[in-house]
Amino acid sequence: MAGWQTATVVSVRAETASARTFRLRLPEFEPHLPGQHYVLRLTAPDGYRASRSYSVASVPDGSPEIELTVERLPGGEVSEFLHDVVVPGDELEVRGPIGGWFVWRVDRPALLVGGGSGVVPLMAMLRAARSAGKADLVRLVVSVRTPEDLYYRDEITGPQTTVVHTRVAPPDEARGVDRLTTADLAPLVRGGEDVFVCGSPGFCDTATDRLTEVGVPERAIRVERFGPSG
Amino acid sequence: MAVTRGFVGKRRTRDPRLPPGQYDARDEWPVLHAEATPRLDTARWTFTISGLVEQETTWTWDELRALPRSRYEGDIHCVTTWSKLGMTFEGVSVDTLLDAARPLPSATHVLATSHTGYTTNLPLADVTGGKAWVVWEAQGHPLTVEHGGPARLLVPHLYFWKSAKWVSGLRLLDHDEPGFWERNGYHDRGDPWLEQRYQGD
Repeated sequence: MAGWQTATVVSVRAETASARTFRLRLPEFEPHLPGQHYVLRLTAPDGYRASRSYSVASVPDGSPEIELTVERLPGGEVSEFLHDVVVPGDELEVRGPIGGWFVWRVDRPALLVGGGSGVVPLMAMLRAARSAGKADLVRLVVSVRTPEDLYYRDEITGPQTTVVHTRVAPPDEARGVDRLTTADLAPLVRGGEDVFVCGSPGFCDTATDRLTEVGVPERAIRVERFGPSG
Repeated sequence: MAVTRGFVGKRRTRDPRLPPGQYDARDEWPVLHAEATPRLDTARWTFTISGLVEQETTWTWDELRALPRSRYEGDIHCVTTWSKLGMTFEGVSVDTLLDAARPLPSATHVLATSHTGYTTNLPLADVTGGKAWVVWEAQGHPLTVEHGGPARLLVPHLYFWKSAKWVSGLRLLDHDEPGFWERNGYHDRGDPWLEQRYQGD
């Protein structure tokens, strides 16, 4: 992993009303594995600093660029700044890629279980599988409050992906609204796969409980809890 | 220093208890661990000191809680940049446990282990001399499972991943052996005042 470097914001696009993807060009690009993250650091004129970790949503595509998707948290010192102030051409200090545990090496079957913004590192896994021609290795279930809260809406859907809704579902969806259930997960479990769970701590605990109820061994489950750290 | 255009930051008065790069989580106590939260039964729970000791020693839950109590009042710091100030933990000093097991002179490091298989490495000097505890109470209440209950290691002068949740024991070694996060890119010592977050810091 390289040290701190100054990335340039190439583009900013909205994923949902409260999530934006920042594409950054790095002077020292190091290819990352799906699931890894970067630390982003902001520095005020008086030297005050704030840093947060953000998962990479993109996969290496031959360019020295990464995409970080950031949810705007009310009162979030870093996420509000990124959403409200940062525009293409700005420079941001970053460090990464980081993490050797919550990573998938595009080799073994994987079940990906994401809640809300927790889909970000899982999207990198799905993208990696698709771009390697190994989409069949991946099954993704993502839980969102409403259809409008789904990140990467145009790209994430497909035979690998199941979307469940907890508050508002599309009118044609027979499942209706519910938290993630064993009925959602049971058809997706093949046995022997690696399982990656990412979301809020509450979502992660619920998801791991349901996964163990449908027979997934605890040792197969890797969890990334997205904390309310602004 | 590269100033970020337009950034002034919100938390203007910095508490001197906050190490560099940390913020005060105030009423929140974020939960971060990499495995499924285990359900541990205190009837079968044990804590073992093994490795380079004169007397390998295992305590049951009741035996551990019968030892002289020790309390930590102060701050904790997570590598993900939150800190909590003015925390209170209660349990037993690691010194008390090591006094029973009697480390051999060759012991220089410990590998803390958890009932989940989690591990983390520490110099022996970082868990002796009143610097480390095995705790089962936080803020006057039993330690909840998401925070490592029934009992966790507490090494508050280092980043909090060193304070192994669901701790099952300490293995004394004559060398440093990287634990779970340390094999995955994090620092072997993890002093928050030196910002030893990642390998190479």
